[in-house]
Amino acid sequence: MVSPAHFIALSVILFVIGAVGVLVRRNAIVVFMCVELMLNAANLAFVAFARMHNGLDGQLIAFFVMVVAAAEVVVGLAILTSIFRARRSASVDDANLMKY
Amino acid sequence: MSHHMLLAGPAAETTRVLAYWVLAVISVTSALGMILARRAVHCAMMLALVMLSLAVMYVELGAPFLAFVQVIVYTGAVLMLFLFVLMIVGITAADSIIETIRGQRLWAALGGIALLVLLSLVIGHAAIGPSPPATAKFGNGNLNALAQLLFTKYVFPFELTSALLITAALGAMVLAHRERTGPKPTQRELAARRIASGRPTPLPGPGTYAQHNAVDMPALLPDGTQSSLSVSPVLSGPTPDVSDYPEGLPEGSSEAEPARLASPAGSAGSADSGGQEAGDQW
Repeated sequence: MVSPAHFIALSVILFVIGAVGVLVRRNAIVVFMCVELMLNAANLAFVAFARMHNGLDGQLIAFFVMVVAAAEVVVGLAILTSIFRARRSASVDDANLMKY
Repeated sequence: MSHHMLLAGPAAETTRVLAYWVLAVISVTSALGMILARRAVHCAMMLALVMLSLAVMYVELGAPFLAFVQVIVYTGAVLMLFLFVLMIVGITAADSIIETIRGQRLWAALGGIALLVLLSLVIGHAAIGPSPPATAKFGNGNLNALAQLLFTKYVFPFELTSALLITAALGAMVLAHRERTGPKPTQRELAARRIASGRPTPLPGPGTYAQHNAVDMPALLPDGTQSSLSVSPVLSGPTPDVSDYPEGLPEGSSEAEPARLASPAGSAGSADSGGQEAGDQW
């Protein structure tokens, strides 16, 4: 019997893996991918809760999350491209101009 | 998508349990592989695997519309965008394994474990019951029910997302736009530059006289030796790195020099870690 709790547990695991990836990785594109993984994990929890509560609001919110994530990726990757063009690097450690 | 109606009985239940565990193992393994793989392209492929397994789970959870959106938007559009940017930024992109902040990985692992414990406790305390029997809105009527909800109760957020998408498209165009600082080189100047470079002809194509015509097979020179120029440096070695390109990327390297000179903080930042390290950042 697969209950919503199984899916919630999986979503927790994926979310934690994504969070650790954000903390550990230094390539900005990979950090972005880890953020996407966290958003996907949250979506899975939303859909599982929608099934559990027998309503579609959770699915709709997951849909909105996907739209916002797509917009975020577009802007974020454009920022990365322009940073790479100026600095020849996509490491998050190299974008330190604001520090000085 | 009427599998909830079609599949019933103990056999269907076993299938569902089996599907869940197979997908769970695949998605967790590839998520772990994503944060452990050094090359950014491998990370993207692993992420694709996670997203596709989640799409199958959405079908299982009675969200066929979201499953398709997941495949089309995430795996199709977002991940392709990631791959395009990886191609621009350099396919050889690999993370350095040198820690710049001491103990970063240890603290990140501890933080991850703490987060896992916290979330597990929260979920363990919540009463998550079994899912109720699926109604039509989790099967055939999913699309209609979602549309009804979207255009009545959530119509204002829906309109807001259109504003967000327009803003994002404009922002991406503004950020990716590059002003030309110098005059555009004429064909005469390009030809003179090419002659002056010492190689007026194009680079040889790969594998022309070899046994295969794959792009990673080097072409054979008339004396039988392999021409290293015929294979892209990206494909030539098992672990190619960015030090093959002293200027970063081969094309546009002449435009990179003013940008590098204009950023003294960047050179100051990488000066302490040595010149070779700057190439190993990837």
